Amino acid sequence: MANNFKFAFRQTIPVMLGYLFLGIAFGILLQDAGYSVVWALLASVMVYAGSMQFVLVDLLRTGAGLLTVAMMTLFINGRHIFYGLSFVEKYKKTGKAYPYMVFSLTDETYSVLCNLKVPEGMDWGKVSFLISLLDHCYWIAGSVIGALAGSHIPFDSTGIDFSMTALFIVIVSEQWQGQKSHFPTLLGAISGIVWLLLLGPDRFILPALCTCMVILLWTDRRRRDAADGEKGRGAA
Amino acid sequence: MTGGVGYSLAVIGVVSLCTIILRAFPFLVFGGRKELPALVRRLGDVLPASIMAVLVVYCFRNVDLQEAGHFLPSLIAGLLVAALHRWKKNILLSIGVGTICYMVLVQAVFV
Repeated sequence: MANNFKFAFRQTIPVMLGYLFLGIAFGILLQDAGYSVVWALLASVMVYAGSMQFVLVDLLRTGAGLLTVAMMTLFINGRHIFYGLSFVEKYKKTGKAYPYMVFSLTDETYSVLCNLKVPEGMDWGKVSFLISLLDHCYWIAGSVIGALAGSHIPFDSTGIDFSMTALFIVIVSEQWQGQKSHFPTLLGAISGIVWLLLLGPDRFILPALCTCMVILLWTDRRRRDAADGEKGRGAA
Repeated sequence: MTGGVGYSLAVIGVVSLCTIILRAFPFLVFGGRKELPALVRRLGDVLPASIMAVLVVYCFRNVDLQEAGHFLPSLIAGLLVAALHRWKKNILLSIGVGTICYMVLVQAVFV
């Protein structure tokens, strides 16, 4: 178990940096809106969705209707629908932790887990549970610190959230080197940029992901049709 | 606090519930089956590469290309991370050096 923990902790260090500081930013913002530390704790334990929690502060402050709140959440967090697709079978290995694993699948935890290769003798289920839990703890700790310490933090942390961007770049780079075909990565980049230019920063991600899924399904079908055709001619 | 305790609890509850529904959706649809449909399985293999590329675009979504002082730190630090990782293949090194580089650029160079 100690080994599992040490290994899991190492995988989460970049997320720790990013979550602590983004969490602090969220805690400060929520406090400014007139909510005490208990609310920061509650929101980070129950919602646990980075960018959505920043929107949450605005919703609370403006007194938005509950239907608006629901629509905004479905819209902003819609991308999460895609994350589970790669883990439907793997998460069954996590036993009792299964519901928690599903609940805590954020962008960052997703990115660490989809790249996770555990060493011989370690259990994927246990390690990925620890990673999910640690990430959640960093996020909670950050928002509590932010709500308590407010703007008294004695060091200029501007830009430290770049660690999250860096983490994503590293993962794309690792995926790139292990790929037979670079098509899915290039597709994601192009689709992301095109939709960003078309719809702007707040609305592009869902159409971009849908486009990727449709095109990947379509090319998969064409490839299989081609393979079947080959077999049919006895050329396989 | 604008809307009172009950309202605030309701808002947090709704956001939490909607997020849980979204995250649970693929597991609810496919989790009960013995065998995952072959199409979904293959999609699960290739989709992460696309998703991660979209997430990188997502990180740079607010970068303003009109102002050099705004996009250069992201560009320089981003390229440094990619290059360093290609070279040394050490995750923490790439992320640590890239982040420090970005912080120095935004705090001291392009102020």
